[in-house]
Amino acid sequence: MTAATDLATPRVIESQDASDRRRRRLRRRAAVRSVIKHVLLIVLSIVMIYPLIWLVVSSLKPNSEIFTDLGIFTTDLTLENYAYGWTSQQLPFSHFLINSTILVIGATIGNLVSCSLAAYAFARLKFWGRNAYFAIMLGTIMLPFHVVLVPQFIIFRQLGWLETFLPLIVPKFLAVDAFFIFLMVQFIRGLPKEIFEAARIDGAGHLRIFGQVTLPLMVPALATTAIFTFIWTWGDFFGPLIYLRTRENFPVSVALKGFIDAQSSSNYGAMFAMSVVSLIPLFLAFLLGQRYLVKGFATSGIK
Amino acid sequence: MSSIGELRQMALQARRGRSGGEKAKAKNPDNRAGHLFLAPWLIGLVVFTIGPMIASLVLAFTDYNLLQPPTWAGFDNFTRMMGDARLWNSLRVTLVYVVVSVPLQLALALAVAVMLDRGMRGLAFYRSIFYLPSLLGGSVAIAILWRQVFGKEGLVNAFLSWFGIDGPGWISHPDYALATIIILHVWTFGSPMVIFLAGLRQIPEMYHEAAQMDGAGRFRRFFSITLPLLTPIIFFNLVLQIIFAFQSFTQAYIVSGGTGGPSDSTMFFTLYLYKQAFTELNMGYASAMAWLLLLVIAAFTAINFWFSKYWVFYDD
Repeated sequence: MTAATDLATPRVIESQDASDRRRRRLRRRAAVRSVIKHVLLIVLSIVMIYPLIWLVVSSLKPNSEIFTDLGIFTTDLTLENYAYGWTSQQLPFSHFLINSTILVIGATIGNLVSCSLAAYAFARLKFWGRNAYFAIMLGTIMLPFHVVLVPQFIIFRQLGWLETFLPLIVPKFLAVDAFFIFLMVQFIRGLPKEIFEAARIDGAGHLRIFGQVTLPLMVPALATTAIFTFIWTWGDFFGPLIYLRTRENFPVSVALKGFIDAQSSSNYGAMFAMSVVSLIPLFLAFLLGQRYLVKGFATSGIK
Repeated sequence: MSSIGELRQMALQARRGRSGGEKAKAKNPDNRAGHLFLAPWLIGLVVFTIGPMIASLVLAFTDYNLLQPPTWAGFDNFTRMMGDARLWNSLRVTLVYVVVSVPLQLALALAVAVMLDRGMRGLAFYRSIFYLPSLLGGSVAIAILWRQVFGKEGLVNAFLSWFGIDGPGWISHPDYALATIIILHVWTFGSPMVIFLAGLRQIPEMYHEAAQMDGAGRFRRFFSITLPLLTPIIFFNLVLQIIFAFQSFTQAYIVSGGTGGPSDSTMFFTLYLYKQAFTELNMGYASAMAWLLLLVIAAFTAINFWFSKYWVFYDD
């Protein structure tokens, strides 16, 4: 504390010697602090990441060794768990991966189209009831979905959509994920107004301003939306659990559950292996999209 | 600005009596285009939100098992809820989860964000490491991993055995199972951390310099500058994380193998609601439960907003 003071208000009358000593002391203290900080952060990093590494290494170990040796350093690596796990759920695991992929593609397109349309309206257009709609939209972000769960289920059942992907995709085309509308509104508001005015003066209608001016400019927000939709849809468990109850319709998340249902005779290696398979797309999304994810969080921070 | 901040601004404006100056029709030149662009959302709002909300409110007063048409039950579902010990237990479990895991997660997120602030070496590396779990944490695969990490022969007990401690099977012990799910939530502190980091970056450097000039030390500067300026961000994180935590489902479901066990110790409210709706087919009862959940969440949110007067610092 005194150190900080001394730094800011150097005494004028001070021997060269004393100030040297002081500077050295300060530097040493800063170095010690930095080392402590890094040690703490590295320990925390290891604690955070170790379970993931253990998962990956265990998935590559012979089944008998997984729990006898919990270390992550081993030379006895094998892919047999992957081969066994891939086929152990009656259908090949690729089937579930394809189902998940279809869900992700549908949901992503839906969110991109519907949320960008709504966001443009909220951010750039003046119309009756806008503020009220906007408040309602923000409110729906906070609404627990359980209060609409049962009626939604009844609607989809009446439509004959159970055991199809439609209940998990169609709502996305109607912008039910209001969080992304908000994210895009924030982004569009941040764009320079002059661009829109210039387009207006050039005689462009709203559809053109939206399609040819706004969309190209909001690619970062669209990317954030796409990546989040990908991650959330890929990981979604509750929706598929209630709407998709036959094995051939299972996405990866529900298919994985099969491994714990059958755990009495379980093959942990296979379970780990398929868990790793299910995490790889998320990991890739993280690697490729980290920039957009962090930015998306930072600008509108939710979840 | 966050969604919470936005709502607050709108409320303030409404109180001042000028809600964006919507007086004459001339002020709304884009009426047609606006509603056209908004059409998908409006349809979705009516069909998937407002309509179902009304329907579930009505269903809450009926007996409905999907197979026969609903029959009016008056307040039966609500009186039954009063006497349903499992329901109150599930509410208690959920409250413990929310009240413990959310503050813990946010505190850790804040602490790490402050450590990582201001261009420290390796920031990008640490941020990635801490952020990754929050993207994976909601998945079934991680919940499966957790079952093994905290199992009788899992990683945690292997670690404890170094110190001669013979740990229990955490997942299968009624006193500890919930704690493992709380730890899983804390493990995903990366996403609020990223938000805090962004907030920290917006605090002007000169505040710190000025305070330093006046002789304020590290701790003083943290508590007098950093923390007050971050309170709006902490607040909206708190509000939203609480709302979302009340709705947690997947982790409790997978960690307990779909049972909410052992002895209902991980029976989250949402898990019990799911069982009532989709295994017992008590759709009316489940709807009533959903409204109870909404009320509880609304109460928490209201209390949060009310308390925010005393600790959240707004610059405007």
